[in-house]
Amino acid sequence: MAEIEIPYNSTNHPDTGVYNAKLGIWLFLASEVLFFGALFSSYILLRVGAGGTAGDWPLGADLLNVPLATFNTVVLISSSMTMVMSWASLKSGNFDAFQRYFGATIGLALLFLLVKGLEYYAEIFHQRYPSTSTFLATYYTMTGIHALHIIFGVAVNAYHFVSAKRLYAEEPERFTNRIEVAGLYWHFVDLVWIFLFPVLYLL
Amino acid sequence: MGELQATHAAAHEAHGDHAESFIRKYVFSTDHKVIGVQYGVTALVFLAVGFFLVLLMRWQLAYPEQPMPLLGGLFGNRMTDAGVMTPEFYNQLGAMHGTIMVFLGVVPLAVGAFGNYLVPLQVGAPDMAFPKLNMASYWLYFLGGIIMLASFFLPEGSARSGWTSYPPLAVLEPGGQTWWLIGMVLLINSSLLGSVNIIVTIVQLRAPGLQFMRLPFLVWAQLVTSFLLLLAFPPLEVAGFMQLLDRVAGTSFFMPTGLVVDGQAVAFSGGGNALLWQHLFWFLAHPEVYVLILPAMGIVGEIVANNTRKPLWGYKTLIYSVLFLGGMSFIVWAHHMFLTGMGTAISTFFQLTTMIISVPSIIILTVLIISLWGASIRFSTPMLFALAFIPMFGIGGLTGLPLGLSVADIHLHDTYYVIGHFHFVVAPGTLMALFAGIYYWYPKVTGRRMNDTLGRWHFWPTLIGLNGVFLPMFLVGMAGVSRRLYDGGTTYAHAQDVLWLNEVSTVASWLLAAAQVVFVINFFLSLRNGKKVEDNPWQATTLEWATTSPPLGHGNFASPVTVHRGPYEYSVPEASNDFSPQHQEST
Ligand code: HEM
Ligand SMILES: [Cu+2]
Repeated sequence: MAEIEIPYNSTNHPDTGVYNAKLGIWLFLASEVLFFGALFSSYILLRVGAGGTAGDWPLGADLLNVPLATFNTVVLISSSMTMVMSWASLKSGNFDAFQRYFGATIGLALLFLLVKGLEYYAEIFHQRYPSTSTFLATYYTMTGIHALHIIFGVAVNAYHFVSAKRLYAEEPERFTNRIEVAGLYWHFVDLVWIFLFPVLYLL
Repeated sequence: MGELQATHAAAHEAHGDHAESFIRKYVFSTDHKVIGVQYGVTALVFLAVGFFLVLLMRWQLAYPEQPMPLLGGLFGNRMTDAGVMTPEFYNQLGAMHGTIMVFLGVVPLAVGAFGNYLVPLQVGAPDMAFPKLNMASYWLYFLGGIIMLASFFLPEGSARSGWTSYPPLAVLEPGGQTWWLIGMVLLINSSLLGSVNIIVTIVQLRAPGLQFMRLPFLVWAQLVTSFLLLLAFPPLEVAGFMQLLDRVAGTSFFMPTGLVVDGQAVAFSGGGNALLWQHLFWFLAHPEVYVLILPAMGIVGEIVANNTRKPLWGYKTLIYSVLFLGGMSFIVWAHHMFLTGMGTAISTFFQLTTMIISVPSIIILTVLIISLWGASIRFSTPMLFALAFIPMFGIGGLTGLPLGLSVADIHLHDTYYVIGHFHFVVAPGTLMALFAGIYYWYPKVTGRRMNDTLGRWHFWPTLIGLNGVFLPMFLVGMAGVSRRLYDGGTTYAHAQDVLWLNEVSTVASWLLAAAQVVFVINFFLSLRNGKKVEDNPWQATTLEWATTSPPLGHGNFASPVTVHRGPYEYSVPEASNDFSPQHQEST
């Protein structure tokens, strides 16, 4: 059966000013805000319940590797920048630049995951498991779920990276939109880390 | 697009498609109509399963310690003891009945089936905004459902801590709870995809001329419902992950310090908070009850307008009410937790919001009643069910008020009164509306009508059966009998006077079961033998009737539709017909 054509798939709706996928990703991100909102709320409740750092709650910096996490923060912010540049390159029709920036985004994300993996390895090496304390449980869960979001983003971006030539040749405008949508997701995931880092490692 | 695509699809059908595309067309289809029907059929099967589970429970409640007739031998030693169900099995039935009915039955039928099938048609769109995500949504739901069902066959059996899965109990129980959590995560992602799809479809794909204030009420109801699903489910997903980790990784999110079970300290680090689960759960589950009711209201609105041959009275009031209801439903959740010792200030806040949220519910009810005023009503089968919805929802809503006041709730909490309350809203309420919807849109989907005589034979016993099952529960609950008792209260002195009511409920549930047989027969017989209908058999005004019945292939409309008027222009003075369809230019 022939694919039917959905209106406003790649063009902006005259009234709302967006194409479908852009509205879709904003809605999805709204639900993500509540998702991570629930995680942060749980964190606050558990921490207050433990009496804060004056009580049973350890100070993140005493257990976790702050320099590595700082480095990772820089890595992730850079990847957000290359993501914007890759989309901007497509917008101005420079496909080669897009590929460079987009490849760099994926590379930086993998670097982030590698560093995160090293951190986990070190924690486990020191016998700090999720079951050890509620602080560690929260730490593993929040960063773990965040890492899953990164992995998902890498998978989506990798797909677009390998099929970029074909998709761009077929429907350049639609492909540009897809990169924009992937970018919105990526910035959100970065933003979450910007909150996670101080909350878990510094406060 | 429109014309070309549709004729193309039709031509394709004429050729008779190749074998490969049978799967594309009916199994892994991206057509919202096929997906809607898939959702509908699957959900009906789950409703039947959930109903079967509760029939077993009702036997045990009315005749504790007596072997189940016929079925006693079926379940083997693990679940029954000399034909009598074990307490463990009773708990599994209870937990899975609730879960299946809410998450696998009613919501998939109300949103997955009716939303999927009707929203694109009613807004004049060729399909959902994201057809592939739509397909993924169905299959995630299907998988989640299979996992839930499969857990019955585990050596330890299924989840058994209630549909609410409160820890620490749920964390400590063996077996099926882990599967329950995995199933829930799949269902949550399914509904996430579905709700994004419905919202984008409504916002972006409305036909030219179809402003928001010309949308059928059902579309509004689905829009608000989708927002509730979108925003309320993520916290439960988080909670589900955390409970899963408590179970499999030994974390202590919900496990308090110093927990002792059977005289032994449990091996958890502690430091967790069992109430955290309750907050996260009810933050979803209160909005979820509006997910159960709003689509039902939408369906009833459509059917009332059509069968009174009048515009809905107070269309705008209805819309503002559901919007208000949707927003408020996020800040009432802790009225399920008055007995947890939250403190007076917090209790007061949630009592206040609960009283406030009752107002729009009553307004909606009032609007529907006033809409009936002075009409010459067509008592078609769908209309009977829709009419029954109104007082039944009324009983359910009004009995909620005392629960929302902590003074009364201290007595009533976790008694059969609560069970009576919410079943009145969901069963005689929502389910009646869903039946109404099935009878009303059956001709749209199949091109044939369901039999009216059988419809009446379905309607009256169902109405009587539902009331017979649930009315006694108010009395049992007010006498103080707790819910979730394996023997229905036999061993409690204060329950003795009301025990006979348990039997009333059980006998009524058999009547209810018999009535559903009539429905099933009618449903299947009418596929072949139902009276064929023309495209608009109910002389309705909304856009789903602007195409053929059943609608031609993928793409819905032969040519793009344009909308010229509001959704319910019935009996317009000076018009040539008593209905003026939305897409018709002149009356
Ligand atoms: C109209 C006003 C309503 C009010 C004031 C109200 C109030 C309440 C309150 C306070 C409770 C908690 C009782 C307790 O556990 O002690 C409750 C339980 C419940 N309500 Fe309502 N409700 C209303 C409407 C609805 C509707 C429309 C639905 C669903 C379609 C619904 C479904 C439920 C369910 C499922 C529970 C019990 C959950 C459980 O404990 O297993 N309610 N209601
Ligand atoms: Cu509630």
